Amino acid sequence: MPHTIETQQLTKTYGSLKAVDSLDISVESGEIFGLLGPNGAGKTTTVSMLCTILKPTSGSATVNGFDIVREANKVRKSIGIVFQEPSVDDRLTGRENLYMHANLYGVPASEQKERINRILKLVELEDRANDLLRTYSGGMRRRLEIGRGLIHYPKVLFLDEPTVGLDPQTRDHIWKYIKELKEAHDITVVLTTHYMDEADRLSDRIAIMDHGKIVVLDSPSKLKETLEGDVITVTANNIQTLSRLVNKLLGLNQNQIVDGALEITVRNGKAVMPRIMELATQNNIYVESLLLRQPNLEDVFLHYTGKSIRQDSGKELHGMAAIQRRAIK
Amino acid sequence: MSEIRGVYTLWLREIKRFLRDRTRIISMFIQPLLWLVIFGAGFGLRFEIPGLSYQKVIFPGIVAQTLLFTAMFMGISVIWDKEFGFMKEILVSPISRFSIFIGKMLGDSTSAFIQGIIVFFVGIALGISIDPLSFLYALPIMVLITFGLVSIGLTIASFMGSLESFGAIQTFINLPLFFLSGALFPLRGPGISLPSWLTTAAAWNPLTYGVDALRNVVLGSAWTPLQVQPLWVDIGIIALFDVIMMAVGTWAFSRMK
Repeated sequence: MPHTIETQQLTKTYGSLKAVDSLDISVESGEIFGLLGPNGAGKTTTVSMLCTILKPTSGSATVNGFDIVREANKVRKSIGIVFQEPSVDDRLTGRENLYMHANLYGVPASEQKERINRILKLVELEDRANDLLRTYSGGMRRRLEIGRGLIHYPKVLFLDEPTVGLDPQTRDHIWKYIKELKEAHDITVVLTTHYMDEADRLSDRIAIMDHGKIVVLDSPSKLKETLEGDVITVTANNIQTLSRLVNKLLGLNQNQIVDGALEITVRNGKAVMPRIMELATQNNIYVESLLLRQPNLEDVFLHYTGKSIRQDSGKELHGMAAIQRRAIK
Repeated sequence: MSEIRGVYTLWLREIKRFLRDRTRIISMFIQPLLWLVIFGAGFGLRFEIPGLSYQKVIFPGIVAQTLLFTAMFMGISVIWDKEFGFMKEILVSPISRFSIFIGKMLGDSTSAFIQGIIVFFVGIALGISIDPLSFLYALPIMVLITFGLVSIGLTIASFMGSLESFGAIQTFINLPLFFLSGALFPLRGPGISLPSWLTTAAAWNPLTYGVDALRNVVLGSAWTPLQVQPLWVDIGIIALFDVIMMAVGTWAFSRMK
């Protein structure tokens, strides 16, 4: 089966910074492909190149079999894009925004009305279709934008951080739509996100990106399997010492301190937990809590990049403050 | 075909936005009224041209001024589109940059044109005598004037990243073009001698010929002794300016990211 998207050594540099570094990915037809990584990892730059907004510095890529540089116009006709930032006209109604899009993308006039009605139904905005967009909530605008990206029947839909800044309920709603739309229209979806749960819930395959490179690429369940087993999270009054002891005496070298808590990845969590308690008690370390859970993508990211995905957004300080608070207690 | 539909939809959007802006529609009536009534009355005291009142002389100038300010304002509105992200939706569409430029240009020109017509009605309401036929002749001239002016606005906006420099446009483009166009005083004629730097600057100002063309049409033979150029020369210069500015605008849009 031919790949919907193929990149060869796709690279974009800004001065000495390699925003995207020799990227080789192939996206299969009909899948939801997640690009996951922290802010600044190169996700949006990658998508911008695939959408022909940016020209690559070197390397090449095809989307739907069209070269992104030489056949940019054909690429544009065959894709739908939902940008990270809003891109609707809030002085027009929802319906007017959709008509405009249909006209820009050359949807035959005879089909426009029906397609637009169907999309409005799909994103549940029928009753608000004739209201100005400025009266819409953030979630409603987002839904309209996602629906809009489908009016010209694209073969690939690019979603750049589709739920950023939305409340949890709305995010849930939008995830549901993305899945439904994908089924209904039989399209390929490329999704960028820095939310672990989003990538986990939606994607068939996930590429974890960091510093412009793919760190690892697999299905969410396979990625989590590579972590073999469980994650134990410990909070204690002397976390550094505990981390050292766990490593040295129990041989658990897959442990890291994240946001002031010790995270240990092990094969058999239930059996290891009592050993950790024992060790702590022997060394006069007071354990506040002990938690056993299945690994999530956050752990996968941590495992492959050696840092928390939220680290770039100033949460590090939060972690330090948390440690100090615990120490006082 | 799809390009034409793209142009049409961009045009339609500008018109809808224009007509939905209530406060601007009201101010469209007020501004020319202030100029014609207060400025016209105050400065008219010392102004004598046989067969012409000062108010009537500046009337075509105020029409041109309205076209200038509206066209520039509408053109600059591209910055809003950039800032609020809507420009992205247009720029990534399969429509060519030339069509995007033309669609915007036609939409903004139509808005400026409507505003110019309103000034005519304000003038008639104030009792300025305007021959219906000369009003009809003025319409295509107004269209010609707006094309070039909107193109200036669009070109500037395509280079500007934010609204911060918006005030500078007023100071460095709108007002100099307006004051140096002869909109408020005749540039030549019997008994009129202006400093040569002023007449030179006016000669290089495209709006001068727009104002002059409108006066040739609206004021008729009474204006002939004071005209800058005969009507057909005025029209030729404006048309040339339009072609140049549209080419520049298309180029500016094609490099916009």
